[in-house]
Amino acid sequence: MAPAIQAENLVKTFGDVRALDGVSLDVPEGTVLGLLGPNGAGKTTMVRVLTTLLRPDSGRATVAGVDVLKHPNRVRSLIGLSGQYAAVDEYLTGRENLQMVGELYQMTGRAAKARADELLEWFNLDEAADRTAKTYSGGMRRRLDLAAALVVRPPVMFLDEPTTGLDPRNRLALWEVIETLVEQGTTLLLTTQYLEEADRLAHDIAVVDHGRVIARGTADQLKAQIGGERVELVVHDRALIETAVEALKSFAVGDPSVERNTRKITIPVSGGARVLADVIRELDSRRITIDDIGLRRPTLDDVFLSLTGHVTSGEAEENERAGGGEDAEAKR
Amino acid sequence: MTTATEHAIGGAVPRQRRGLAAMAHDSWVVARRNLRRMTRIPEIVVFGLMQPVMFVLLFSYVMGGAITIPMAGASSNIYTQFLMAGIFAQTVTFAVAGASAGIAEDMTKGLVDRFRSLPMTRSAVLVGRTLADLVQTAFTLLVLALVALAVGWRIHNGVLRMLAAFALLLLLGYAFSWIGALIGLSVRSPEAATSAGLIWLFPLTFISNAFVPISSMPGWLQPVAYWNPFSATVQACRNLFGNQIGPVDKAWPMQHAYGVSIVSSLIVLALFSWLSVRKYRSAAG
Repeated sequence: MAPAIQAENLVKTFGDVRALDGVSLDVPEGTVLGLLGPNGAGKTTMVRVLTTLLRPDSGRATVAGVDVLKHPNRVRSLIGLSGQYAAVDEYLTGRENLQMVGELYQMTGRAAKARADELLEWFNLDEAADRTAKTYSGGMRRRLDLAAALVVRPPVMFLDEPTTGLDPRNRLALWEVIETLVEQGTTLLLTTQYLEEADRLAHDIAVVDHGRVIARGTADQLKAQIGGERVELVVHDRALIETAVEALKSFAVGDPSVERNTRKITIPVSGGARVLADVIRELDSRRITIDDIGLRRPTLDDVFLSLTGHVTSGEAEENERAGGGEDAEAKR
Repeated sequence: MTTATEHAIGGAVPRQRRGLAAMAHDSWVVARRNLRRMTRIPEIVVFGLMQPVMFVLLFSYVMGGAITIPMAGASSNIYTQFLMAGIFAQTVTFAVAGASAGIAEDMTKGLVDRFRSLPMTRSAVLVGRTLADLVQTAFTLLVLALVALAVGWRIHNGVLRMLAAFALLLLLGYAFSWIGALIGLSVRSPEAATSAGLIWLFPLTFISNAFVPISSMPGWLQPVAYWNPFSATVQACRNLFGNQIGPVDKAWPMQHAYGVSIVSSLIVLALFSWLSVRKYRSAAG
């Protein structure tokens, strides 16, 4: 099946900053690709190029089989875009906002009105439908913005950090909507700084940093890339640490590590939960008391750290300040 | 949220409207949006009115006695007759500020991105905005005319000529709102857009025949004021209202005020709409 989104070697520079440094991507129809990376990594620039808002310096891209550079207006009738900041007119009511978007998608007035009603109900905005968007909470505005992107039931959607700044309840609600869309066959490109979000929503993840895709795969594949699982346990009696390490040697697939002051032992293992049970049995038979034990798989956080050499969240804030110029540039 | 069972995947139906019809439709949708906004933020309309109304009152009552009009002496009522064409013309040029601030705001709030991602005519965002500003300008002119009548302004050449004068004024205002559109697309914040939209209007409208006779200015400044295309519109309106006191100045642009007014407005309109649409497109890729 032809990919719903395909990008080849996209380059975009703003002054000295290479916002996109040769990015190639493809998103098969009906799947979700998560673009994961800190602020300033080039995620938004990527979305802007694919949604015809920005012309790349070089490279090519197609969306739903249509060339983005040659036929931007045809692409526009096939996509929905919801951005970081809710792009709704705050002095129009929710209903008027959706109707306007429908009419600009060239729907008839009546069709636009009917579709607006449908979406308002779906997004639980029907009671607020005739209030101006200025009176909406942040979560409601974001919902309205997402609804605006869905007016024509586009086959391909771009969501640029759809849940940034939302509280957990609203984030969860938005995730559910997105999952519904995907179930119904929408192809989705989603950018996010949240590993949890990529893990939950995306079939495939592309990790982006400094305008390049530095890793690509499913969440599990990415996690496997940086190594397998390990058993972490805390021994109750400090004097028994050596005995415990000795006892666990047969389970380890690598060198165990010991933190004496926390009495924590970490051993790389393979075999999952079964190994965990064996470890507990072994320790029990030697009468070694443990305070805590668990099987730990690498998280996307670990993946990110090992790929980029920095953690996401702290870095993201730093980049926000450093890369603010680039973002402002990208918006023009 | 409730589940949407009927959310079938579609994509927009191919547009039936083409060319001008599409542009007219999209511009109307955007213009209606901007007009709705004006009714929801009446402060903008009210403050847009206050400035020219204040000018009418201040100039007729405070300055009127001090400014002498040749052939007419220093009667403040005579000055009001002279003044009104100038105030009307200055007022319509202030449409620049509305357009520039409005478009800059849409840019910063992400709405322009929304519009650009839709399969709509590229120029409609700007045409819709400037048309809405035109409606606001017309409303402002109407209120201003009523205030002027209340302080003693009179027309002497009939209603048709008065309407012709208003048409010239609206053409000037529409042309100028495209200058505002370009400013709004070029600056980075609505605040900057407001000042960038207004600051150059003061020399433009004051170095003209709007508030004082050009013959009272220093000799080196007079040609600038005569050839200021803004002066031509003021002169044309003064003629049409029947507010001209004494003979029209001998300078060529004053003798051909109608032509100069229309042609210069059309040049500004053509040049700045072309530049603005180009800027909007180029940013859009």
